[in-house]
Amino acid sequence: MDVLLDNFDLFVGGFLGSLKIIAYSLVLALLLGAVLAMMRVSPVAPLRTFGSLYVSVVRNSPLTIMLFFTAFVLPELGFNRPFFQLGVLGLSLYTAAFVCEAIRSGINAVPAGQAEAARAIGLTFGQSLATVVMPQALRTVVPPLGSVVIAMMKNSAIVGAFGVGGDLFAVGKRLTSAQGFAVLPVLVGMLLGYLLITLTTAALLSRLESKVAILR
Amino acid sequence: MSAAPSVLYDAPGPRALRRARVLSVVSVLVLATLLVLAGLRLNETGQFEPERWSPLFWPGDESFASVWGQLRIGITNTLLAAALAIVFSLVLGVALTTARLLLGRYARLPLVLVAEVLRGAPVVILIFFAARVLPQFGVDLSQLWYLVIGLTAYNFVVIGEILRAGVAALPSGQREAGLAIGLTPRQTVLQIQMPQAYRLMLPALISQLVVIVKDTSLAALILTGPLELLNAGKRIERFLDNPLQTYLLIALIYILINSLLGLLATYVERRLSRSGGGGARVDQDRAVTMANLGANATGGGVGGHAT
Repeated sequence: MDVLLDNFDLFVGGFLGSLKIIAYSLVLALLLGAVLAMMRVSPVAPLRTFGSLYVSVVRNSPLTIMLFFTAFVLPELGFNRPFFQLGVLGLSLYTAAFVCEAIRSGINAVPAGQAEAARAIGLTFGQSLATVVMPQALRTVVPPLGSVVIAMMKNSAIVGAFGVGGDLFAVGKRLTSAQGFAVLPVLVGMLLGYLLITLTTAALLSRLESKVAILR
Repeated sequence: MSAAPSVLYDAPGPRALRRARVLSVVSVLVLATLLVLAGLRLNETGQFEPERWSPLFWPGDESFASVWGQLRIGITNTLLAAALAIVFSLVLGVALTTARLLLGRYARLPLVLVAEVLRGAPVVILIFFAARVLPQFGVDLSQLWYLVIGLTAYNFVVIGEILRAGVAALPSGQREAGLAIGLTPRQTVLQIQMPQAYRLMLPALISQLVVIVKDTSLAALILTGPLELLNAGKRIERFLDNPLQTYLLIALIYILINSLLGLLATYVERRLSRSGGGGARVDQDRAVTMANLGANATGGGVGGHAT
């Protein structure tokens, strides 16, 4: 266990690195996912087609491939950025598809009668969306969106597996391979780091869930 | 235009239809412009040169045979690893769920703890450490087995959760009837509850297989050797120096495999809901929702392939 204590600051650095990847990817993925979801429920057929094509392509191919594309193919096309940005881009593009599906399922779970009633009492499209449909959709969205977010947090380790980003997994990999420390304590340290992130988020989410829960 | 029935809109009238048509044209133009710009950039960087494509797609090319030989090994190993992982995960998942159902509240605590830790850990770490830790304990296996072990360590817990949600969705009369006719609790779980839970959750289990197939590609990041599909892609790309084309082909193969599995899941789902599953009638949507909620506790995501 000495490895853990001796390299504590290294682990903390990796932990913060993971949080940095997660924070940037979370914002970008939620934005992209919301845009995709808007496309998928829009009355404009080509946008719907594009949205569902994107989602089914991304859902059926591994994140690793997406990262290979952003990390190795984009630079080949003259899009040269630091690896951190390329990694975050790949993780966000991938997660956005799942965010889109979570949001869309939430919108579809709102009973049609609600929106019809809103239109019947003369609310405009914007009003009925903002005051009737969205508040209900957001509540249904919390559990599936929560598991997408937690999965993304764990997927940040895959960005780190390329070994460039200074995240928790990269630190563990370096300690065990380059510096030849005993593997088991390093594993324990890494697991603790990820569990800290995922369990905290899960606890926060379940509080949020019980707060916004509604009976149907 | 057949708009999907949506909670957001009424059936569009003439004005809304006209507006939608205008927006359609505009969005097609925007998408086409983006496509052309991307194409121009691809052309500028020489991505359309035939020698970048022909070794992958044209059988007459001299490298075609060796490239597809590599790919065939890769596809075989990917499918083999996924199949082994799902079989082991199913066996261990059934054991885990049975134990959790049969043991008392305190006796099952250690099991719950192990399950939560494995489910909260990124799969890539589990594979990495299967490959690093096991050899230290004198277990010397081929790289494929480390991949299978890492995948199993994560997925048996997820499958256990899926089955548990399935058991929870069964009417309580099923268990009570089993006990009433004199079966032991273990017989009731294994002979009455599990088989029904398994049938009920079959679509979710197939979705999990898609996740496993996707996760085999993690081996390309941490394991070496001529292993699975993406690893084969890496070797081919190093040889041909055409990352865009090679990874495009690899992605297409993954998409093909997983789309077929997705179709299978939809088919099974439709069949089960039509025949009522043959067992006790239960609300399948409710069971799947519960599986998702359960997965949410520590992440994972049963319904979505978001691992």
